[in-house]
Amino acid sequence: MNAVEAENLRKSFGYVTAVDGVSLSIPEGGIFGFLGPNGAGKTTTIRMLTGVLIPDSGKVSVFGDDVHQNPIAAKLKMGVIPENGTVYSDLTARQNILLTGKFYGMEKDLCEKRAAEILERLGLTERRNDLVRLFSKGMRQRISIACAIVHSPPLLVLDEPTTGLDVYSRRLVIDTVRHMNEDGSTVLLTTHNIDEANALCSDIGIIDKGKIIASGSPEKLKKTFDTSRYVEISFDRPVGKEIFSAPGITRAEQWGDKWRIYSDDPDIAVKHLASVAERDNLSIISIATSNPSLEEAFVKLTEGI
Amino acid sequence: MDWRTFARSILIVTEKNMRIYYFKGPVMIFGLLFPLIMFFTFFIGRDLDLILFYPGFLGMMLFFTASSVGPLITPWEKREKTYERLVSLPVILESIIIGDILSGAVFGVGITIIVFCLSTLLLPLPVANAGLLLLSIVLGSIAFAALGTLLSSPATNNPSNIMMLSSLVRLPIIFISGIFIPLSQLEGLSYLLTSASPLTYIVDLFHASLKGNAVYPAWFDILVMVFVILLFIGAAKAIQKRNLMKGI
Repeated sequence: MNAVEAENLRKSFGYVTAVDGVSLSIPEGGIFGFLGPNGAGKTTTIRMLTGVLIPDSGKVSVFGDDVHQNPIAAKLKMGVIPENGTVYSDLTARQNILLTGKFYGMEKDLCEKRAAEILERLGLTERRNDLVRLFSKGMRQRISIACAIVHSPPLLVLDEPTTGLDVYSRRLVIDTVRHMNEDGSTVLLTTHNIDEANALCSDIGIIDKGKIIASGSPEKLKKTFDTSRYVEISFDRPVGKEIFSAPGITRAEQWGDKWRIYSDDPDIAVKHLASVAERDNLSIISIATSNPSLEEAFVKLTEGI
Repeated sequence: MDWRTFARSILIVTEKNMRIYYFKGPVMIFGLLFPLIMFFTFFIGRDLDLILFYPGFLGMMLFFTASSVGPLITPWEKREKTYERLVSLPVILESIIIGDILSGAVFGVGITIIVFCLSTLLLPLPVANAGLLLLSIVLGSIAFAALGTLLSSPATNNPSNIMMLSSLVRLPIIFISGIFIPLSQLEGLSYLLTSASPLTYIVDLFHASLKGNAVYPAWFDILVMVFVILLFIGAAKAIQKRNLMKGI
């Protein structure tokens, strides 16, 4: 049975169509990443999948339970971290987790035990009895995650879970997602961080203008754009873009103190760069070739190539 | 429908509201201070029979306390961004609405009973029918808490807008409710206007339960209050469902 099955979801706000016929099948046990530029329809889709927003048409089921016909049964199988949702700032970290556990019908002793475990894992044991209003954004997000996983949900849904977090909190969130997945939870997450999606997800869906425009494993998506490899090079002094003009080089982009030279054939690019360095008496500080990245696939797909 | 989970979700929403919202400033001001100020303004220092007007005062107290919690909850949660998380938990819209109403009603029942007990120490209040008095307090609390929840339903994340709206609605209800002039002394247009306020029927029930004399039969007052409760809950559900459809 699929963890999530969505059929032809549509949602309009006035004359703006936010989601236009999205269908998804997320198999049990994987980590599914939902990528898309701002305003693509990710959060609207997630809100419909989690029963927060009622779709204009279409159906969603979670482990076989229809989210809109049988919302309580479907929601009992989910733990959700909404993009625009946070925990109660007038309650302590521990009280927030226990309150959430009650909604899922957890026994008090089990809930206390789970809360202690999760707070320890998220590095918040010492702050467990502090009001959440005194917490930083990263700490609030960690409590939000603690609330979402307290009942060990079969499906964990995270909408932009790492946006705006410091490195430490981000790592904790990613580790927690991995840990939950290893323990058997299916994970659905939206993210802007393509490296994160690449590292975490077994499958990816890319949404743009309310429609799913590509889906598959990260490697499969990258192979779709196999023609766009690049060579990253840095010289001992600044150079102009014009030196990279040559047959076979599609474009050159400056990345900090380096240049990325995109080419259908990296061999042509490397030979050209070596000859330019020789000709202009430039020393090469570093050079590396790269396979097509997921970011490249994402940019090309959402640019509408 | 999983009725057990549904009932549990109502109780947990109620508990959450009691812990978070009972001690918020707007609840204290509009639920406790406001009726006391109204009492001092209209009843104290004037040559009034306090026993005669006591059902009206008790009705006003109940009305303000029970309807003060509901208007705060949803706009506050939307402003604090906890509402979306709440909706994603195993609850349905009805759980949230009924939980909000119950928390307002418990506040109304508690404060009104405390006020009544303290009043009996100061005034020789008659009690003709204690059971009917308790039923009236419970029924009135549910109805006015449902009004509070209905008032919180328009889409906004600014609690002060809703508190203003609630004052705009609640104050006229007070003035047309036979509190300041006993219903039995009204006639013509005043009588018709007074009949349009749900508070009138609670004050009439208080007259019946305290002094044994009322304008309407008790069953009629109760029937009207049950109708009012269903009307307020239905309207709150319709508005909040529309908000969920629109994503606001």
